[in-house]
Amino acid sequence: MTSTLTPARSSAAPPHRRTGSVRWRGPVIAWLFLAPALVLFLYFKFIPMFVGLWKSLFKVQTFLGDEWVGLQNYQTIISDDEFASAIWHSIVLALGTTVGSIVLGLGFALLIEGPARYLWFVRTAAFLPVVTTMAAVAEVWRIMFHPADSGMLNIIIGWAGVDPQPWLASEDSSLWSIMIMSIWRGTPYDMMIFLAGLVGVDRTLYEAAAVDGASTWRRLRHITLPALRPVFWILFTLAAIRGLRVFVEVYVLTNGGPNGSSEVLMTLIYKLGFQKNELGVASAGGIVLFAATLALTVVVQMLRRRQTT
Amino acid sequence: MRFDSALGLESRKGPLAIAGKTLIYGLMVVVFTGPLVALLMSSFSKTLDPTSFSLWPDEFTLENFVQAGEKNVYLYLLNSFVVVGFGLLLQMLVSVFAAYALARKKFRGMTFVMLLMLATMMLPEEIIAIPLSLVLADMPLLNLNLIGTYAGMILPVGAWGFSILVMTEFMKEVPVELEEAARIDGAGELRIFATIIVPLCRPALGVIGVFGFTMIWDQYLLPLIVAPASDMWTLPIALRSLRSDEEVGIGVLLAASLLALLPSIIAFLAFQRQFMRGLTSGAVKG
Repeated sequence: MTSTLTPARSSAAPPHRRTGSVRWRGPVIAWLFLAPALVLFLYFKFIPMFVGLWKSLFKVQTFLGDEWVGLQNYQTIISDDEFASAIWHSIVLALGTTVGSIVLGLGFALLIEGPARYLWFVRTAAFLPVVTTMAAVAEVWRIMFHPADSGMLNIIIGWAGVDPQPWLASEDSSLWSIMIMSIWRGTPYDMMIFLAGLVGVDRTLYEAAAVDGASTWRRLRHITLPALRPVFWILFTLAAIRGLRVFVEVYVLTNGGPNGSSEVLMTLIYKLGFQKNELGVASAGGIVLFAATLALTVVVQMLRRRQTT
Repeated sequence: MRFDSALGLESRKGPLAIAGKTLIYGLMVVVFTGPLVALLMSSFSKTLDPTSFSLWPDEFTLENFVQAGEKNVYLYLLNSFVVVGFGLLLQMLVSVFAAYALARKKFRGMTFVMLLMLATMMLPEEIIAIPLSLVLADMPLLNLNLIGTYAGMILPVGAWGFSILVMTEFMKEVPVELEEAARIDGAGELRIFATIIVPLCRPALGVIGVFGFTMIWDQYLLPLIVAPASDMWTLPIALRSLRSDEEVGIGVLLAASLLALLPSIIAFLAFQRQFMRGLTSGAVKG
């Protein structure tokens, strides 16, 4: 971070005394005000990032000292079946949660758009899952997912005549069950963003369409959805950043089980790092996750550019 | 014809439409708050059965919360409050200071700093969890070990790109004239900052306050890394250990979960307007 401080110092040589001292003071004060943030970012974001990059090239051993292994940790990851399936699970979970939350969020946003007082109540109530503590909510869902006939969700689907499901307890349904909870928590957030976007839609267009005798569907298709396009991209970008890194949900609900069927990248990295003490491989995993997040963000941005031009 | 919304549902007033709307809205409320209501009710019930919830407390009891005390739940709650209290104070101070520089000063390297802030927002903290634990165990240059300390849970949340950017956007709106007038009156930098800029930014303080609170309260991986011994645990990471208890069933877990949920729900309900504002501005920036 010392390099970022040099611009301030280089402009510190005043050509004229009076104006110079003012010009000198401005930047120094600015850097002083920024210093706490920069120091904290340096220590807890940037240094860890570089340490991660560095350690990913070593076999990290606590007492024997680190041993340089080059790209071997990455090779381990690429060739490892556990990692392959964890990456796959992460992608499925991220994609499913994103699409599910956006579709449902849009639907609900359209249904509760409007200034009425009771709609405000519905919105507030529906938004609660977003602000709740993940770990606590996950415990609640873990209980609701109980595979016995007396589990809450099994009772509810029983009303519709559906047989009890094993939910988290089965290899076939564990990942999908986690996805259900993630969508439950993600939908209200997307709904609120859509609602904010809907406010900006030009009302006169609706009226003009009504005069032309356009149906509700056509109005939606040709006025509302195009107006919401920027919102879709925002939500996709956010999901691209957040989707792959999911940890708490999986850690609390299944911890990757049963039999690795819901293991995602972060839970695997956590286990490698803190339980098996394979810090080198775990660091490499973190870098891979970072690269994937970055790639996904870039792809989404590129698609967005192409759409708008 | 008037249109307040895309579907124009509000203008439909027939009995069938009203019934349909009631059903839809009722269902939404039930789906999204149901699990939370079930938690609330069950935590005051005698729930020995580990499988199911009751939507109405059968046999109202405070037993779960009494038992929770024996399982150290209130210690974990206290830890959570210590971390969120100091963490939020630090985070808000750091954000206000940094925003002042970014919004009110011109200097070389500003674009670079802005890019750094955005980069930290793009970088999910989970990705650096492993190396962060190494850094915390041996802070470069300082030779400190923050593992097993409150500082280890507080300092890493001290700087948050989102807060800084929201604050910066808001501070840009404060008219320059006010600042210049004070400067002519001979007010120093800190005085201008503390008596003019910050008081005018009170609404934004609400926004970063409520977001910071929920963000820090929801921290999981960080305390998991920093607090190996259970006396340092925050409530969210302690929940796992409260799961299986033969004597009290899931009662203690439910009570603890409720205690973990309530603070952020209360913060949200109390600062709803600020929350919505931050939500839209944050999403647009994100």
